[in-house]
Amino acid sequence: MAAEKRVWFQSRWLPWVLMAPQLAIIGVFFFWPAGQALLQSLQQQDAFGTSTEWVGLDNFRRLFADATYLASFKTTAVFSLLVATLGISVSLLLAVFADRIIKGALAYKTLLIWPYAVAPAVAGVLWLFMFAPSIGVVSYGLRKMGVDWNHLLNSQQAMTLIVMAAVWKQISYNFLFFLAGLQSIPKSLIEAAAIDGAGPWRRFWTIVFPLLSPTTFFLLVINIVYAFFDTFGIIDSATEGGPGKDTAILVYKVYYDGFKALDLGGSAAQSVVLMVIVVALTVVQFRFVEKRVNY
Amino acid sequence: MKIKLGLLAAAAAVVVSLPAHAQVEIQWWHSMGGALGEWVNDLAKDFNAKQKDYKVVTTFKGSYPESMTAAIAAFRAGNAPHILQVFEVGTATMMASKGAVKPVAEVMKASGLKFDPNAYISAVSGYYTAPNGQMMSLPFNSSTTVFYYNKDAFKAAGIDAEKAPATWPEVALAAAKLKAAGHKCPFTTSWQSWTQLESFSAWHNVEFATKRNGFGGLDTRLAFNTPLHVRHIENLANMAKQGLFVYKGRNNTPDATFPSGECAMYTGSSGLYGSVKANAKFAYGIAPLPYYPDVTGAPQNTVIGGASLWVMSGRKAEEYKGVAAFFNYLSSPEVQAASHQRTGYLPITMASFKVTEDSGFYKKNPGTDVAVTQMVRKVTDKSRGIRLGNFVQIRTIIDEEMEQIWAGKKSPKEGLDAAVQRGNEQLERFEKANKG
Repeated sequence: MAAEKRVWFQSRWLPWVLMAPQLAIIGVFFFWPAGQALLQSLQQQDAFGTSTEWVGLDNFRRLFADATYLASFKTTAVFSLLVATLGISVSLLLAVFADRIIKGALAYKTLLIWPYAVAPAVAGVLWLFMFAPSIGVVSYGLRKMGVDWNHLLNSQQAMTLIVMAAVWKQISYNFLFFLAGLQSIPKSLIEAAAIDGAGPWRRFWTIVFPLLSPTTFFLLVINIVYAFFDTFGIIDSATEGGPGKDTAILVYKVYYDGFKALDLGGSAAQSVVLMVIVVALTVVQFRFVEKRVNY
Repeated sequence: MKIKLGLLAAAAAVVVSLPAHAQVEIQWWHSMGGALGEWVNDLAKDFNAKQKDYKVVTTFKGSYPESMTAAIAAFRAGNAPHILQVFEVGTATMMASKGAVKPVAEVMKASGLKFDPNAYISAVSGYYTAPNGQMMSLPFNSSTTVFYYNKDAFKAAGIDAEKAPATWPEVALAAAKLKAAGHKCPFTTSWQSWTQLESFSAWHNVEFATKRNGFGGLDTRLAFNTPLHVRHIENLANMAKQGLFVYKGRNNTPDATFPSGECAMYTGSSGLYGSVKANAKFAYGIAPLPYYPDVTGAPQNTVIGGASLWVMSGRKAEEYKGVAAFFNYLSSPEVQAASHQRTGYLPITMASFKVTEDSGFYKKNPGTDVAVTQMVRKVTDKSRGIRLGNFVQIRTIIDEEMEQIWAGKKSPKEGLDAAVQRGNEQLERFEKANKG
């Protein structure tokens, strides 16, 4: 990448004008709310915002003195790791198979992409219906097989339920990127390997998988961010963070404290903590994981 | 394009300004879905048909917490509705938000319409009255906790179906018989905090929280880890272990399990009556909440749930007149009696109770008077009701700890102690935030 591709503008202001729409979007939809969150995390307000008090770092101090908040970090780690690894591996498998299909490929692809259009809360309800302890289709089947499904009181089952719902919703997105990645791998490479006597398994691990690594890396970042931020709708409709607090991941608590309990200061403080975590995670991923990616 | 937009805007302005001087619109945000939503719409329609000056416009804003959040956002944007329906656990928050609400007593006084807070059942009006004696919100849909049971299931298990279990030991006994007869869910409950701790406390005349359950000041602290409370939760935990009590989820999620016949005994809101009446394909009975016969003072009375109507501040005097006229309409015994009979919510005034009784409604619909007789009693300082700040969070904390108990991860004592301790942190915070 040594070749200079830089474009030089004669005018001073034209580049800024061209960038303005994007800058405006980032400013309004990211920097402004993030700044608001930072401000609010230092305040305590009553529900209607008629009185505001500056409380310094009190909101943060309270958070870290709360044992259930600290436990929520572990829950979040387990949840996002499961969602990211399962989501990526299942969709990679599906993409590899879909890539080999010759007839009816479009139908398969459409069906696989479908769940992406479903809102998180709806996905949560869908899975909840299937697994409802007394009336769910799946829980009925499980009972026939001798498994007593009750995610209302069994933490592992509750976690399984929200992981399944979250993964199911994200598979489509991952699938699309993997499929595109697979299709951009030159057929000649694979054919050459086949002529040299490499079986499908070997071809996948030595040629396809390394060539997909930029896609996989991108999806890893995206899926972690998804699991961290985008899943509170699923959790709210499926488990409400229960049983106990065993499925209350960090972002669910942000949502609960802010929108149900109307504690904006505490909720903002948690958002700031989350922001720091995700920035840190992304830096780590780019520093360490990206080194193993071949572009 | 610009010209077209301008024209459109002008046209829209004309359209909008036309009816403005004809009728004053009163916005009413509520959380009544389904059949109850139709009830709310009918009330507005009837009021609008009866007079020409005001028009009440109802808007369904989702669940109770959702419409409260929506109203708060609207208030911050200077756009709050005139009337907001707020559930009972939001009462302390609303009372503390002095700048955001206008006391109902004040609205009624300014309008010159006759309004007598003493007409209301004291357990109801007391709940919505500030320590200085001013009525803050208009009681609207009040419910209380009652006990439902499936008579057919009782018969099938060889239990006397005409005699409801009156005490908790009798409930456990009936549950054991039901289980022996092959029943999968002998007993369950909705709103576990409300039915098993809050109403339970008032019913046995013990405090749920100090300082008269929060009526006496913001420095109230939770007190539901006494030996009596622990004993009751232990009983339920034992029943859960034996499959006599089956946990069916938080809030009103379990509501479907009774009318469907899945669970045979049920503690829940008296407001569930309409749904049971419409959907239950079996004979059912409604009975008072069970109690422990060896506790002196039990049974006392149960506490209310449901919601009241709050008037939001920042509107014109003319509009508040409309609100007062509508509240005056809602307060008439005939309207209240009709609402009570239609929904199963409490008849919130003594007059509407009389109207209903005289009409022979309770004779025709046995069990519908249970909720009323549980409430129409002389209340004590311990049983008047429970009004706590951050109550939404406290209820969730109780849900969380109770789930640990039902799952056998914590002993009843540990769970209740933890709930008290975590809940008290919420009370301390509320006290600090609202000390001014």
